[in-house]
Amino acid sequence: MHELSLISSVVESVTESLEKYPGARVVEVRLKVGALASVIEDSLQFCYGIAIDGTPLAGSRLVVTVLPVTVHCAACEKVGAIESLQNFRCPHCGEPASDVRQGRELEIDSIEIEEAEKGLKSEEQ
Amino acid sequence: MTTRIVELRQGILKKNDELARGLRDRFEAAGVLVLNLVSSPGTGKTAFLERTLRQLREQGSRVAALVGDLETDNDARRLAASGAPVRQINTHGICHLEAEMVSRHLEDWEGVELGGLDYLFIENVGNLVCPSSYDLGEKVRVALLSVTEGEDKPLKYPTLFNSADAAVLTKIDIAEAVGFEREAALRNIRAIRPDIRIFETSAKTGLGMNPWLDYLAEEKAARRA
Repeated sequence: MHELSLISSVVESVTESLEKYPGARVVEVRLKVGALASVIEDSLQFCYGIAIDGTPLAGSRLVVTVLPVTVHCAACEKVGAIESLQNFRCPHCGEPASDVRQGRELEIDSIEIEEAEKGLKSEEQ
Repeated sequence: MTTRIVELRQGILKKNDELARGLRDRFEAAGVLVLNLVSSPGTGKTAFLERTLRQLREQGSRVAALVGDLETDNDARRLAASGAPVRQINTHGICHLEAEMVSRHLEDWEGVELGGLDYLFIENVGNLVCPSSYDLGEKVRVALLSVTEGEDKPLKYPTLFNSADAAVLTKIDIAEAVGFEREAALRNIRAIRPDIRIFETSAKTGLGMNPWLDYLAEEKAARRA
C-alpha cells in the first residue's frame, strides 16, 4: 500500500545522487528488499513506471533483490534463514527464534548510469 | 558512452529513520516512555487506549496521546474523555504515521512538555501493513488484535507482529460469544515473534488491564536504568 511513497523516496534519493554526474542517464536502479519488509515487487514495479516519468530516471529499469529472513538462535548460537515467514524458528535446531538479523531491509543498493565520455566528472569532485 | 555503477547503499526510508532516531534520543533524554499502537481499523485501539490513559492517570502518572487518522478528530475527542492531553494527527489519506508527523505535532503542543510526561502513546492509523515500516522513535511497539478478527491474522501480517514488542488481544469479554480460539491465536502470535509479551484485555470490563499496566511500569523503569 505504501509502495508509491517508497518509490517516490527512491526517485528523490537517486536524483540527488545524480548531481555528481551531470548529463548521466540512469540505466538501472537496484533495490534490496527484505522478505519481511512487507512490500510487493509487482507493486514497486508498477509505481516505478509511473513515478520516473518526467524525472532523470525516465526510461530506467528497476531491479529488486529480495533478501531472505535470517535469525540468530539463542539456543544453538547459529544464524540461518527461516523456512517460513509464518514460523520463526532456527533452521538448525528448531528452537523458536526472535532475533532477526536480516529481512527488514528497504535499501537502494546501487544504480547503473551511462555517461558521455567527455566532461566526465570524477566521483571525488 | 561509459557505464558506471554507483554504490548508494542507503535506506529508502533514510529520512524517516534519521528523524526517528532523533526523536528516540529526545524521548530518552526527557524520560518519557513512548509507545506506538498499531492494529486494523475496528480492533478497539481507541477504547483500549482511553482506558489505559484513564487508569494511568488514576495511578498518578502523567500521560498524553497523539492519535493518527486519515480524517476527522473523532478519536481525539473520544480519548480526551480520559482527561489526558490528546492531539489529533490527520494524515489526509496517508495510510500510516511518519516520524516527521510526530515531530511536527510535538513542536507546538500547548501545555505538553515531553519532560513533564511519564508516558506518551501514539495511536497509529488503522492498518496492519504500512505502519510497520515507519519507525516513530517509540521504545515499545504494540500490535493489537481483537477476538473478532480471526486467529490467523498474525500469520497473515508477520511484518507487524514480528516487529512488535507486545501484543494486546482486545474485546476478550466477547471471546466466547464469537467463538474465539484463544490457544490458536496465542500460538500464531508466538510463531511470528516467540519472545513477545501478550496481554488479554477488555476495555469494556477492565479485564486484563492490570498486567498491561504493570508491563508499562516495568518498561518505564527499565528505560530509566
